[in-house]
Amino acid sequence: MMGFSTWDILRDLILATRWTLLLSLGAFLGGFVVGLIVLFLCVQHRVYIAHLARGYIELFQSTPLLMQLFLAFFTPALFGFNVPAWVAAWMALTLWTSAFLADIWRGCAEALPPGQWEAGASLGLSYVELMRYIILPQALRIATAPTVGFMVQVIKGTALTSIIGFVELSKAGTAITNATFEPFTVYGLVALIYFALCFPIAMGSRWLERRLNAAHLAH
Amino acid sequence: MPLISLTNLHKSYGQNEVLKGISLDIEPGEVIALIGKSGSGKSTLLRCINGLESFQEGSILVAGTSVMDSPNQLRLLRQKIGMIFQQFNLFPHLTVGRNVMLAPTVVKKTRQGEAEALAREMLDRVGLEQKFDAYPGQLSGGQQQRVAIARALAMQPLALLCDEITSALDPELVNEVLAVVRDLARQGMTLVMVTHEMRFAREVCHRLVFMHQGRLHESGPPEQVFNAPTTAELQQFLGMQ
Amino acid sequence: MVYHFEFGALIPYIPVILHGVLITVELTLFGTVLGIIVSILCAWARSGGPLWLRVPVGTYVELIRNTPFIIQLFFIFFGLPSVGVHLNAIDASILAMVINLGAYGTEIVRAGITATPRGQREAGASLGLSGPQIFRHIVLVPALSRIWPALSGQVVIVMLGSAVCSQISVQELTYAASFIQSRSFRAFEAYFVVTALYLILALLLRQILRLGGKRIFPGGKAR
Ligand SMILES: Nc1ncnc2c1ncn2[C@@H]1O[C@H](COP(=O)(O)OP(=O)(O)OP(=O)(O)O)[C@@H](O)[C@H]1O
Ligand SMILES: [Mg+2]
Repeated sequence: MMGFSTWDILRDLILATRWTLLLSLGAFLGGFVVGLIVLFLCVQHRVYIAHLARGYIELFQSTPLLMQLFLAFFTPALFGFNVPAWVAAWMALTLWTSAFLADIWRGCAEALPPGQWEAGASLGLSYVELMRYIILPQALRIATAPTVGFMVQVIKGTALTSIIGFVELSKAGTAITNATFEPFTVYGLVALIYFALCFPIAMGSRWLERRLNAAHLAH
Repeated sequence: MPLISLTNLHKSYGQNEVLKGISLDIEPGEVIALIGKSGSGKSTLLRCINGLESFQEGSILVAGTSVMDSPNQLRLLRQKIGMIFQQFNLFPHLTVGRNVMLAPTVVKKTRQGEAEALAREMLDRVGLEQKFDAYPGQLSGGQQQRVAIARALAMQPLALLCDEITSALDPELVNEVLAVVRDLARQGMTLVMVTHEMRFAREVCHRLVFMHQGRLHESGPPEQVFNAPTTAELQQFLGMQ
Repeated sequence: MVYHFEFGALIPYIPVILHGVLITVELTLFGTVLGIIVSILCAWARSGGPLWLRVPVGTYVELIRNTPFIIQLFFIFFGLPSVGVHLNAIDASILAMVINLGAYGTEIVRAGITATPRGQREAGASLGLSGPQIFRHIVLVPALSRIWPALSGQVVIVMLGSAVCSQISVQELTYAASFIQSRSFRAFEAYFVVTALYLILALLLRQILRLGGKRIFPGGKAR
């Protein structure tokens, strides 16, 4: 049997980590764009569209990400397409991310005191102007930290894509475990790598929250 | 022997010296009003007596024991001195009855049945026996404050400290709370109250203490303080009222 | 090409699915109850506990919140036996869920504790209650009622996360779907139905937690 040192294991894991990062970034960007659309639909005046958008958010928040991945993987096959695992993973994570981001942003918009909407409206601003000059600047400030923080959830979410066969950090961990029979070391290292990716982002998000809230209070 | 005895009390928040050497003796059964401008240190003084604030210099003796001895001493002392707050501070998750019963059962280990009887008696004293099973959120401000008084009384304290207990109330609710305090005073309870209700202070208090910039500036029986204030600061303060 | 849906193909597997629902409910029940207890203990340690407890609890919270649940599960199920801790799949799953919910719950409960108005503690102190007595009788329940919605949301997340336990062969709901798919090759139908069941479970769980909250915290809105 080949001997694996801890360093060999770590090297292989770190190599696999790029796919985790790439998928996370792709899903975050995709989710950001789709999330904006969902948010826009959510705050529509036409009630049925807003309801539909809220249903979308609810649906993705109330079913397991793993199921969403399975469905993204198996549904295209019904129509004769066989999508590679990475495409299914990216699609599912994008939709999942979009639902959560849209919900975060909607919460931020609603967190503004209702007086802001009324004050703006009483100045005779149109809906778009109201959004552009009054709501968005304030909402963006409170939305930044939780949006950055959600990146942590996306990175952790990518771990599930190993189950539908995408080879990233978790999948590499399982493969190496099967070769080395050292699950304690391997999964311990995998966890530490995830931690090294996520913790700085979580700290950054908290830092942003403190900074932006402090700026908010100073005004 | 005085019930509460303050000697040369000094208290600072950082650089800001809030109490600058306060000495005051309070006899059992005495009813005292602390008056003075906002920021003169009235609340701080009351909170020191109850050990809610620490202080740098001087001493506070309550019935012979010192406030700052040890956490256990402090807890014993707090059982002897009740405090009523401006914001009532009822416990929102407990019914009125449970609010009153909490300290007797938890601190004094009084049995449930006994504590309940005690709670009903105290609530009766403030005229709220019928609210035993209500939650604080279902009461008016005046009723909440009366419950807070009953809660403090249930520990059978030697003295009550009241910090502007009617300031958070709508004007029409003030009198029901003052009526309770008046009764307590008549029954011989030792009371130290911070108040802006000058007419009430004049009516029930034995002694008024005027605080100014962290010092006891002038004190005396109500007639003297109101009719013949000696210092310019007190004259000015009374003129503002 | 037109695909013919055949949900009828799932009928023979109804017992498998029901068993899966049962196991998922069981995992969630134990995970939730124990997880909330861990949350409360750790939140106390982090907000009022001794220093030597705050640091390890803080490390625990950050470690768990910044690593995927599936890795935590694999570490417990596959990794721990090599240091002599053997757990069956169900116990490993429950442990992982408790640890996971405990970490998130700690931060949630702590936020509720921190939001306690100062006057509440002072009122307790002025009545002669000790620090631990104030926490237990005065701070804790209003704190929990304050954060109950957030805690409920986290419980739902943990329930949905338990889908991953199928990967260590716990025969819960997701396992049932995979089982049916491997037997009947009706992957879409199996996953679709099971996803719908998760949706129903999530909605039910939210409802139960909401009503439960109303019963446990009757005093109305805590300030
Ligand atoms: N926690 C605190 N930290 C710092 N300074 C404080 C604190 N509490 C009170 N002070 C300061 O101590 C001084 C006295 O405050 P205190 O509350 O005792 O006044 P007061 O006489 O009760 O006034 P009021 O009539 O407004 O209640 C004030 O200058 C106040 O700013
Ligand atoms: Mg004051």
